[in-house]
Amino acid sequence: MSTLTFGKALNAGLRQSMEADAKVVLMGEDIGQLGGVFRITDGLQKDFGQHRVIDTPLAESGIVGTAVGMAYRGFRPVVEIQFDGFVYPAFDQIVSQVAKLHFRTHGQVSMPLTIRIPFGGGIGSPEHHSESPEAYFAHTAGLRVVSPSTPQDAYVMLQQAIACDDPVVFFEPKRRYHERGEVDLDAGVTGPGLDRAVVRRAGTDVTLVAYGALVKTALDAATAAEDEGISVEVIDLRSLSPVDYATVESSVKRTGRLVVTHEAGQTLGLGAEIAASITERCFYHLEHAPVRVTGFDIPYPYSKLELHHVPDLDRILDGVDRAMDRPNSLSSLEG
Amino acid sequence: MNTPQAAGGPDAGLIQLIDPDGRRTPHEEFDPWITDVDPAALGRLYTDMVAIRRIDQEGTALQRQGELALWPPLLGQEAAQIGAGRALEDDDFIFPSYRETGLAYCRGVEAEDILRVWRGNAYSGWNPFGKNMATPQIIIGAQTLHAAGYAMGIKYDGGSQAAITFFGDGATSQGDVNEAMVFAASYQAPVVFFCQNNHWAISEPVQLQSNTHIADRPVGFGIPSLRVDGNDVLACLAATRIALDRARTGNGPTFIEAVTYRMGPHTTADDPTRYRDANELDLWAAKDPIERIEKHLDGLGVDIAELEASATAVADAVAAKLRKAIIGLQDPDPMDVFENVYSQPHATLERQREHYALYQQQFADAGSATEGGAR
Repeated sequence: MSTLTFGKALNAGLRQSMEADAKVVLMGEDIGQLGGVFRITDGLQKDFGQHRVIDTPLAESGIVGTAVGMAYRGFRPVVEIQFDGFVYPAFDQIVSQVAKLHFRTHGQVSMPLTIRIPFGGGIGSPEHHSESPEAYFAHTAGLRVVSPSTPQDAYVMLQQAIACDDPVVFFEPKRRYHERGEVDLDAGVTGPGLDRAVVRRAGTDVTLVAYGALVKTALDAATAAEDEGISVEVIDLRSLSPVDYATVESSVKRTGRLVVTHEAGQTLGLGAEIAASITERCFYHLEHAPVRVTGFDIPYPYSKLELHHVPDLDRILDGVDRAMDRPNSLSSLEG
Repeated sequence: MNTPQAAGGPDAGLIQLIDPDGRRTPHEEFDPWITDVDPAALGRLYTDMVAIRRIDQEGTALQRQGELALWPPLLGQEAAQIGAGRALEDDDFIFPSYRETGLAYCRGVEAEDILRVWRGNAYSGWNPFGKNMATPQIIIGAQTLHAAGYAMGIKYDGGSQAAITFFGDGATSQGDVNEAMVFAASYQAPVVFFCQNNHWAISEPVQLQSNTHIADRPVGFGIPSLRVDGNDVLACLAATRIALDRARTGNGPTFIEAVTYRMGPHTTADDPTRYRDANELDLWAAKDPIERIEKHLDGLGVDIAELEASATAVADAVAAKLRKAIIGLQDPDPMDVFENVYSQPHATLERQREHYALYQQQFADAGSATEGGAR
């Protein structure tokens, strides 16, 4: 076991994948000499060369579109989109090409791209640097969408994503890049599959589903709830497409209560889909309607206000109270 | 101040080897690239053009008869597509738009495999790796980036091939085409940009897309360009050979503007009488790519009646086989909708597949039990 930051774990995962498969190439803005604005690709161009760690022009559609062509040629491109809010110029290539080519060609052309996107807020950034666009991609057939929450998962899931023959949109919780955790660098690609959720903390009263940066917040909330005598089971979703409903369903059938939290806005977010699907599957086990604790349906706010938007420990606990029929912020509205 | 070169008229800088009257004009730069094209070879190019014009007419007819949902005619653009198509080696990779019937024909795709996509039976009529040609791209200009990326791949893996991408004048307004030129130029990728300027993007004239000759624009990206008569098969063949040679010898991308004309509608759903002048059509009918080869070969003493008869026989055979195959196509299996969305099972979609199979099954069960519906 080694202690690594989340960012270094990603770097180690990229290095492993590049050593394992000579067809793995990295493409993106500032990823070569600089090592990426977050240094995730630090040192890789020096070790693997300019043909495998490719600094690209500042054109996101161009990056993804040329990566499609590289995949046609037999490469396995790993694309870095510098910030979440910069992905939209590439949206057409991702949605109309990357996601659909396998279907369009009746399985004859694979698109084994990994599209890495640092996402989420809480770091005091300017506009377009703190967004959570995952629902757009989870809504798009043909893409897999994942988000690791720990350095160990960052290391393993990135290798799994690169090895996957389907395109994977890989959301990295940039707020956690500098946090440390244990990583088993020698064990190789082990542990749960790329499409599996995991129970991070067992509990009996309420199921709390989170992903990305909010997993840590959810675990802190569960610890706080314990002090109040509430046993919270925390599920780290890990995969947003597909959602591992079997794991969530199994938990909710025991607890009877569901809270989903994410930074993205509420309307048509992952929380909406999970609430609907779990209600369909667990209707007679539910003791309370599913509760969503999410960002508001607003453009991501300027940084002095961002902590009002991003769910924190207290807002999650308030959601847990609603799910538990305990006094909460909305109690006065209930008749 | 640098000024745009719109002055000089539409024919400025246009390279033409065979004019509409069949007269051959010598050209110092192009002639060395077509020394092998004797009258017999020109006759083969002529036959190719006759064959794809016939496939195209059959496409329109089958759509009118309700056998195809839609058809995008290439009428008028035969020389551009056959000239380029016959310049390619088998292992060069083509990234086409949706109107490149002639390129698919050159790659040996059966005509029915080109057309069944337009019947709605499939999205792809051939294996892209079997024909070294991607499937028709409907998003305007998106394929140019794929070609640039493929060419970057050729450079990185040390291959000797080239990539070539086809698109129209309208596509040159798209960001993707401009980004593709940036990438191709920066990495000196072995790619050919082949623009068929057919003057119309549905109802919008080329003047709305470009305030200068399209061939002037790549130069600003650092990409050399050729502006050729797109109705002259010999000029298109030579230009494409020149561009491919540049790609293969490490000289990077080349842009070809083939100036041609879309004689038909954008697709069978379009009505060009609403937006363009019949006189313009007459003007271009007089520049027909097939007729000028007949005139040229006639001038060389070739027996045109015999050539025409043999080309028609080829076209007739292709058309008869095509018609029979299209009309005989079975509808795909309903459960095929779930195939190939992912290469490995996706739990959410697998559940939908299971549920739809059960839904379908009830009709099968009801059908075997009673004459009526499911309930």
